[in-house]
Order: sequence, then C-alpha cells, then structure tokens
Amino acid sequence: MAAPALLVEDVSVEFRTRAGTVKALDRVSFHVAKGETIAVVGESGSGKSVTAYAVMGILDPAARVTSGRAVLGGLDLLKADRHTLAGVRGREIAMIFQNPRTALNPIRRVGDQIADVLLRHANVAPSTAPTKAVELLETVGITDPARRAKAYPFELSGGMCQRVMIAIALAASPSLLIADEPTTGLDVTTQAIIMDIIAERAQARGMATIFITHDLGLAAERADRIVVMNAGHVIEAQPTRELFANPRHPYTTALIAATPGPSSRLSDLRTIAGGPPDLRAAQLPACRYSARCPRRLDDCAAPLPRIDAAKTHALACHNPLPTKYAA
Amino acid sequence: MSGGNSTALGHARYVIGENPVTAFAFGVFVLIVIAAILGPALIPYDPLASNTSRALQAPSAQHWFGTDQLGRDIFSRVIVATRLDLTIAVASVALVFVLGGLSGIAAGFFGGWVERIVMRIADTIMAFPLFVLAMGIVAALGNSVTNIVIATAIVNFPLYARVARAEANIRREAGFVEAARLSGNSDASIVLFQILPNVFPILVVQMSLTMGYAILNAAGLSFIGLGVRPPTPEWGIMVAEGAAFMISGEWWIAFFPGLALMLAVFCFNLLGDGLRDIVDPRRRT
Amino acid sequence: MKPEPLLDVAEISKRYVLKPQGSPVTRLIRRLKKGPEAAPRLHAVDDVSFTIGRGETVGLVGESGCGKSTLVRLVARLIDANDGSIRLAGRELTDRSAGRFATEPERVKIQMVFQDAGESINPRFSAFEAIADPLRHLRGLKGDALRTKVAETAKRCGLPQELLTRFSHQLSGGQRARVGIARAIAVEPELLILDEPTAALDVSVQVVILQLLEALKRDLGMSYLFVSHDLNVVRLLCDRVLVMYLGKIVESGPAEAVFAHPRHPYTKALIAALPDANRPASERIRLSGEIASPVDPDPNTCRFVGRCPRAEAKCRQAMPRLEANSSGQAAACHFALPGKS
Repeated sequence: MAAPALLVEDVSVEFRTRAGTVKALDRVSFHVAKGETIAVVGESGSGKSVTAYAVMGILDPAARVTSGRAVLGGLDLLKADRHTLAGVRGREIAMIFQNPRTALNPIRRVGDQIADVLLRHANVAPSTAPTKAVELLETVGITDPARRAKAYPFELSGGMCQRVMIAIALAASPSLLIADEPTTGLDVTTQAIIMDIIAERAQARGMATIFITHDLGLAAERADRIVVMNAGHVIEAQPTRELFANPRHPYTTALIAATPGPSSRLSDLRTIAGGPPDLRAAQLPACRYSARCPRRLDDCAAPLPRIDAAKTHALACHNPLPTKYAA
Repeated sequence: MSGGNSTALGHARYVIGENPVTAFAFGVFVLIVIAAILGPALIPYDPLASNTSRALQAPSAQHWFGTDQLGRDIFSRVIVATRLDLTIAVASVALVFVLGGLSGIAAGFFGGWVERIVMRIADTIMAFPLFVLAMGIVAALGNSVTNIVIATAIVNFPLYARVARAEANIRREAGFVEAARLSGNSDASIVLFQILPNVFPILVVQMSLTMGYAILNAAGLSFIGLGVRPPTPEWGIMVAEGAAFMISGEWWIAFFPGLALMLAVFCFNLLGDGLRDIVDPRRRT
Repeated sequence: MKPEPLLDVAEISKRYVLKPQGSPVTRLIRRLKKGPEAAPRLHAVDDVSFTIGRGETVGLVGESGCGKSTLVRLVARLIDANDGSIRLAGRELTDRSAGRFATEPERVKIQMVFQDAGESINPRFSAFEAIADPLRHLRGLKGDALRTKVAETAKRCGLPQELLTRFSHQLSGGQRARVGIARAIAVEPELLILDEPTAALDVSVQVVILQLLEALKRDLGMSYLFVSHDLNVVRLLCDRVLVMYLGKIVESGPAEAVFAHPRHPYTKALIAALPDANRPASERIRLSGEIASPVDPDPNTCRFVGRCPRAEAKCRQAMPRLEANSSGQAAACHFALPGKS
C-alpha cells in the first residue's frame, strides 16, 4: 500500500487540570490515504478535536502527548521542533475551524490574510501575491472577489468568512486538510456549498481531507471512510457504505440509531443509556464504552485489541456485532 | 465534579489553600478585624490618658510601641485606631457600592437619559484631581468621619459607575434576562435580582482595593488637618503628629501607625487578588 | 366548524429603523439634491399570518436572517410589533406593550425554551432558583408549595433531585437543557415556544430531550411552536411547518406534505441541501447568488429573486401571496409546484 498522507499511531494525550488529569486520548490510531476523504465522527468529549489539535501541534499548554506518533510525509509531527512545524503547517497540512470569525484576524483585510500564506509558504513574489489572493477568492466562489479582498472579516457573512478560511488553508496547496466542524453554525444551504467547494478543491489537487464532525449524515454523504471515536478511543473505522450496512461496534449502531434521517419517526430513534465516562478517574476501564454497552461481557474488562493504523478497517471491541460478510 | 469545589465556601477554601499569598492576606485581615472588634477591650492603657512624665519613651517592655509627646501609649492608640480606620474603610466602600454600583447598573441596563446623566456626573467628578476633590469636599462639609466617608465615596463613584455600567450593558440582552422577563420579572426586579448578583462579584474585587484607598485617603486628609481631629486616635493623624519628631530621633511615634497603615492597605490589595480568583465563575473548575 | 385556534397571528410586521448611510456631510448633500429622505427600515418580519391549534406542534424553519428569531420574540411578547395582531385563545395581546406584559395575567400562558440553555440560566442561580423564579412571579408560590412544585417539575423532566443545587456551569449540556425545559413548563403554559432546543446537544441526548418534549406535550396539553434549522428534527415532531424567508412565510402546510412535495423553490432547495448519502449528485440543487437585502425591500418583487432558479419577469412585478392548494399546503410563489395531491 502506498504511504498514507497522514499516519496517526497510538497517540495518547493528557490534560493536567485542577480537578485531575484528563486522559483525553488513549492510543488513537488511524490513517488517511493520499487523496482520500475521511470523517472522524464522535460526540462531544470523544476527543476528535483534540486529535486534530495534537496533529497540528496547537494543543493547549496544559496538554501532554504521552505516546504515539503522527507521521506526515516522513516527519513525526508530534516530535518536531517549533521551527520545523512552522514550515510544515500551512504548506503541507492546513486546518479550518468551526467558527470562521474567531479564526480570522479581525483587524486585517481578508486579501492580506490570504497573501500572508502565499508569501510564506507558496514562494509567491510580493508583487503578485495580492492578485493571486483575489484568484483564490474566486475559486472558493466569492462574487466580486477584487472588492471583497479589501474587506474586513466583520463585513462578511459567516458563509463568506468560512470560504475565506478555506482559501487561506488551500493557498499553499497542502497535501492534507483538516476541517474541524467546518459547517456547524452555518445555514444548511451554505453548508452544502461549502462542502462542495472543499470536495471540488480536494479532487482538483489530490488533497487528502479529514472532516471532524458530530453529524453522521454529513459524514455519510461526503466521506470515503469513517472513523468513529468515543471517549478518547477509536472504536471503529470502515469505508462509509460498509459502516452503515454493517456496523460492528455497539456504539456505532447506537449512534446510527440516534441520528434522525429523512424517514425517521421519533419512536424509531434510540438513546444511549448512561453518560460519557469521567476521563479524570484514576482507573478507567479498558473499554471506556463498556459501562453503557448492552453487549458487555466479563471479557470486556480485558485490554482491547491494538488497532493497526495502516488498515482501512478498525474495530476495538470484544463482543462486536456479527459481520454480514463472509470471513 | 468534586463536591469540595462546587460550593462557594469550598471554592474559597481551595483558593486560599492554593495560594499562600492570599492565605497570608486573609490571615492579616482576620487579625485586623479582631483588633478592631476586641482591641479596645484588651489594650493595656487608656489611649487618651496623657502622662507627661512618661512622654517620648522609646519602645520597651511596658510600652511596646513607646509613648508619644503627651505620654500616651502608642500601642494602645494604634489598636484603638484600627476600629476607626476599618469603619471608615468599610463605610466608604459600602456607600460607593450602593451609589456608584446601582447607578452604573441602571445606566447600563436602561440606557437613554439615565445613562447620560450618570455618565456626565462621573465625567464631572473625574475632571478633578481626586485628592484635591476630597479635600474640597471635606473642607466644605466640615471635619468629621462622616464627611470623610462621603468624600471617599464621591471620589470613587466614577470607577464603580463605569465598571457597573459596562457589566450591566453586556448582560442586558443576555438569554437569562429574556428568560426573566418571560418569568414575570419587572425591570426593577431584573436589575436587582438578575443583573446585580452578576455585577457584584466584579465590584467586590474593586471594593477591597477601595478599602485600602479609603484608609490612605483618610490618613492623608488627617495628615493635612482636614480629617479627624486630635486627640482621636487615627493612624493618619498619628503619623502627622509623629512626623515632626522624626528629625529629633523619636521615630516610633510615626513609625508604628505608619506600619499599621501599610499592613492594612497591603492586606486589602492582596485580598482583592484572592477575591477575584474566588468570585470569578469562569475560573472555577 | 373548526375549533378556535389557540394562537392566531394576523399580518404581523416588525420593522427596525436604521441609521441613515454615510457621513453627515454626504447625507446633507443627498438631502440637498434629492430632498428629505425617510430613514431606512429593516423589514425583519413582514406581514406574517399563521395559526396554531390546541395540542398542535407547528414547526418554523428558515435560515439565519429570515426573521424567525424576531417572529418568535413577537409571539412571546418580548418585543412589540409595528402592525398586526396576536390573539391567544381569542384575547388580543398586542394592546399592551411588551414592557408591561411581564406583569399581565397572560404572561404565564406563553413560555419559551431557549437554544443555549446555559446562556438562558442566570450564572448565579442554582437550578432550583432558575425553576422557582417563574413559579414565584407567575403562580405566586412560596415556601413548601414552591419546593414541592419545583421538585415535581424536575422529576417530570428527568432531572435528578440532587442536581437542583448545582449551577449551570456544573451541569452537562443535556442537564442544562432539562433545566431550561423545567423552567418553561413549571407554570404549565398553554403555548410553548422552543427556539432550537436541541441544537447544542449530542444526538444521543437530543433523542431523549425530543422524547421528553413529546411526552410533556401530551401530558400537559400544550401547543408547541418549534423553531429549528434542522429539518430532520422538525420532521420528527411537527404536525405542520412554516417556512420563512427574509421576513415572509413562503410555504406552510402539513409537515409530511411539505417535506415530501415542496411547492416553493426555496423549500425545495432547503430539502435538497440536507446531507443525504443516497441522493445522486445530479439532483443536488445549489442556491447561488446573493440574498436580497431586508432593508426597504421592493414591495412588488418576490424576496427570493436573485437566488431563485426560476425567477421570471412576473416575479418582479407582483409580490406572490400565500395560496393554499386543496390539501392545505400553501406557497407564496407565482410558479408554485402543485405539492401533494
């Protein structure tokens, strides 16, 4: 198999807080192949955003990466020094965030913010940077780009700010884009357009994409493969169609059963009993879902099988649902 | 969530435990309050009793802080003055909180002409150098503790009004204000029971700092003869009387009241920092 | 004969006066050239009419800037309308100002659950105090009677008693949502407005909350006005749905009919924008173009012109009116599709 765009292997992250040490991630492993689009799906507290922040090297100062590696083009991002990271971020790997307004500098014109990336990472001459910035605005579907380039973020709508953020992220043609809930908070019509833009740019440049989202429906529509996280663990990963046709982990099934679709009835939906575990507890069970799992066995106290980050399928369960396919 | 942190008291205990500086300040504060309440009953000598045969004695076993030019025991006078100075501080702060805090909240919440009037009053006060203004107020109203308190409150009014107005303004459109309207709260009820409890913690930090300022202000006014009149023991006046004797070598007359002043102001300032940690809800958990 | 609706909103409008554009100098020049000009007005809600029957759940959908927040606050009597009437069980509500409405007897009949439950609870109030506040003011409860009612309401909303002493920042998202609901239903209103009540919640928590809302509606006989941007959620709970665009209602009708056979092009685009893994790419509708301005809009031009894939000359000559087909599905479009037959 060709080298993946990003390989995340056995990454564990802890946060030191006043109320105890939060074991936010526990041996998270997955990969993104070149040109592939995956979705990392999970509820709040699952650790999906922490994973992205760890890979980008922008974790909170109270956080510590206690194990694992995140390899991008031969470089382990978790061990790289600040200088190397600064050269890689923006050029090889870029990220867009949930709230576009807070991610943009409010006192600089948007065209200048795009030009910054071009100058630093894309070897563009200062004289041509403004023109290229306007071109980039056009590729993300902003009308009248020359005028908009001179605008400040507060003068633009949420959807437009998000497009600007995409333009900034893609300015240096990175090989990997991480999109952390890029459309939460946007109208559904704008959401569709934004997702189209990302998909189209990804295809045009052969860029790998990681969507971080809690919206299973969005993941189903846009991702080739889905990685499901729960309480800091990767619990399942499968190509999209297979995941929905044959979910193996009880949590995945529960998540699908709780998500309203076009033809759901309220009585069809199922909740998940209990709540997420307290990640500060000194002794967390090997499987952090076991306390809430209807399929729990005594065996579930044993450590979970290690996930091979390089495989397309992953499953961390002692009592998974039976597979519908012949072995 | 550990139970110890969820209550206000538990949180206070935590902050004091974590930060030795706050613990120290809190300890000194407790001492000051004890001195103010119990001091006058426990002092060895009558603070007003003059005995010229014992005048200008250096600190010794009988007179821990020495005696002043009239033979009065300085230790007793310093302890008794604690009550007066603390009263001035607390009264000033209470008055400015009510006047400045409430007007500021009204200005921020209602806007319109209420805001304009309150802000113009604040602007007018801020146009004067604050100590000069305090001097002027006391000179006009007469030398008394009450007038010192009034002057301190007036001089601090703009700060409280502005802070309160900013905080009320932020909250006036908040979800919980709308919810309060839906729950049948009138505007007055919203200001008193919804907005004020949220603005109060922010003002409390300022209030502890103002306490230090109030004592210094009273001391300053007494120093120039505009505050408390002799023979009333008050730290500022004692420093003023003792200043003349520094040159002739009787340092203890001004030193000990000055030390008490410094300790009190220092304590209130440190307490302000600690209070901010305690009351700021964002810093919990 | 149809029973009288619980809520009857007729031709309600809300316009905000804006500051005129430009510096004082440019304004003066404009005034000298063209004569005095009226201040620009933002038409947040424009001539909206609808009803809600007893025990009915009506959904209100629309995107940001469509005016649904304003409409909801008009119905809740938090702000005053410029025109139109709002009648609750026959009694006119707009004859008193919003400021005075807090102390009126009808206040207790309309309550609201907010989108961000954390924001809507006073950070200095415990859950108990948050739920007790409306009971004190609107039902005059005190002491033991108050405590009993709060405990009973908390239980009804699935909120464990020991959580009542906690503050909102000490509660989880789902628990906060329950406190917000408990506060709204404690006084047993007739109409409950829900403004995106599950938008901030995880899906698994959302299911529980929606099921709770459904049960409460049945047990307490309330009507719901359910605002949401998530059409899938609206589809779960709502009998009828209203679609808003730039201050106007562009479609209304039974929820199933509107979702399965939308009549208005905007509704169609909205439904098409929902993520659907099974829909072929060819069926995707994307709205391009700029949204029209709500400031002094042309009263003769349909608000959807500029983004509508079907706009024609007629759309700029006369504002389309809401017209119902035989099954009660109404659309405001000159070229409305037939809808469910």
